[in-house]
Amino acid sequence: MRRRRPNYFAGFGSLVWLLVVGLPLYVMLIATFQSRPDYAANGPLAFPGHFTLDNYIKDLNSGFAQYFLNTVVVTVCVVGIVVLLVPPLAYTIVRSRGRVTTTVFRLFLLGLAIPSQAVIVPMFFVISEAGLYDNLIGVILPTAAFAMPVCALILTGVMRDITPDLYEAMTMDGASPRRIFFRLVLPLSRSGISTIVVFSALQAWNGFLFPLVLTQSAETKVITLGLYDFQTEHGVDTPGLLAAVVLSMLPVLIVYLFARRALVQGLMGVGGK
Amino acid sequence: MTRTATPSAADGTFDKADSPGIGAGRPGFLWAAPAAVFFALFAIVPLIMVAVLSFARWDGLSSPEFAGLDNWKLLFDDPVMIKSLWLSVLLTVLGVLVQTPLSILLGVWAAGHQRNRAVLSAIYFVPMLLSVAAVSVLWRAVLDPNFGVPAQATWLFGDGNLFGTQAGAIGVLVFVSTWQFTPLHTLIYQGAARAVPQVLYQAAQIDGAGTVRQFVHITLPQLRNSIITSMILMVVGGLTTFDTVLILTQGGPGSDTTISAYYMYQKAFKSFDYGSASAIALLLVLVSTLISLIVVRLSGYDKMRSTMEGL
Repeated sequence: MRRRRPNYFAGFGSLVWLLVVGLPLYVMLIATFQSRPDYAANGPLAFPGHFTLDNYIKDLNSGFAQYFLNTVVVTVCVVGIVVLLVPPLAYTIVRSRGRVTTTVFRLFLLGLAIPSQAVIVPMFFVISEAGLYDNLIGVILPTAAFAMPVCALILTGVMRDITPDLYEAMTMDGASPRRIFFRLVLPLSRSGISTIVVFSALQAWNGFLFPLVLTQSAETKVITLGLYDFQTEHGVDTPGLLAAVVLSMLPVLIVYLFARRALVQGLMGVGGK
Repeated sequence: MTRTATPSAADGTFDKADSPGIGAGRPGFLWAAPAAVFFALFAIVPLIMVAVLSFARWDGLSSPEFAGLDNWKLLFDDPVMIKSLWLSVLLTVLGVLVQTPLSILLGVWAAGHQRNRAVLSAIYFVPMLLSVAAVSVLWRAVLDPNFGVPAQATWLFGDGNLFGTQAGAIGVLVFVSTWQFTPLHTLIYQGAARAVPQVLYQAAQIDGAGTVRQFVHITLPQLRNSIITSMILMVVGGLTTFDTVLILTQGGPGSDTTISAYYMYQKAFKSFDYGSASAIALLLVLVSTLISLIVVRLSGYDKMRSTMEGL
């Protein structure tokens, strides 16, 4: 490698951006460990003199434990649906020569261009007609559907990389499509499957619009909606509000800490959206 | 691998020649059916319904009745709607103008393999992990006129109430979107910058080109396809921005940040005018698809000109 003189412009710029990214996160964290009067008196930037966990305890007792649990349920179910439905779909898209399959694939590509905002009005009526309004199932179904196109795209990409020789070898041995799927395709697409798990989990965890329109009671509230309601109802309790924000981020940040690679790949999936 | 034929061609021949049946060993349509039905039910059917409803009068209680082009005419006579369209375009354009240079610089910077860059990139990435709701609530608190940072830094923020003027509110929306989505675009550019062939830089160095000239004459042209991908994402994302507006400005002050997607939400779930809301929704889908197509066409992206040309 050649030696270069240090790039001062890049160094300076990267520190400025670190400040932009870090400052609100710093404000958020220190605010959550202060009482409301302390926060108001010290301002958002001062380091707290007196640490307290009251904000977190208060939030958990005022419904956020329930919202958290609801979000977990939604996320697990969405991931479950996606992982159950998308691998066979991607397998068919990659391997089937049928006309119908091509049409199905086009349909999913079209799905990439549909923003969830655009269908929220009819979705409200579809879900209401199905008797699923204000029911977590009513949030889970559309969320899973809207995560599917990107997941299908990611997984077809991975399955296309399996060399045809392997399929041929198995077909020669008289293996059925089912056997090929379970013995060859699934084991070789493990990385792709973990990517779609991460992607769909993020979509579900961070989802806002579907819960906003399709639920209303505290029993079905997910955490993002809890934040919004907290802000509109007790917007002045900044430390309490920000503690709730931290609670909502915690699981994702923990996953990021331990499985950065999978998470970044899952987010590249968001890029595909 | 010594395969010379393309995989699909090789596949086809193989199947026809040796398999007992044409479809042997290949999955039938039934494999895709559950996913296809599920997706059609919750994405395609609602999309069709939106198109139909945009020509109907409907308050959600009585049954919808055909209204011809009434919704569309009303929309284009509605000053708030026209304003919302301009605001959507303005926010989108500002977003592209701010985020593109920033994320190109960050992406190319992050493409370097230095240790400190890897560590900083990991931190830069955090905003992307968070929900739009969390980010908007966070910034709303940080920028609060009374208890937030502006109250501490009046030299920078004036009277501190950023949400009180149209320019301030738009600035906040653009800034918060930039804060949240720059990591995604950075990631796109980082991948692309790492894929630029090193020979090009080596050749440029032999010719005596410095860092800046290498960036302008090699890196930027090589990033062309990524710039288009990232711009399309920004345009579609920008035009359909909703949560950020709902949480940060509620479309205010007045209707000064009521962009179309938010106006649609208001029409549907505040004034229960589902026909007009559907018309706005359809308009947004059409406009963002159209702009994406134009960007693709103008840039020659559809011709898939390889960046490897001339190597």
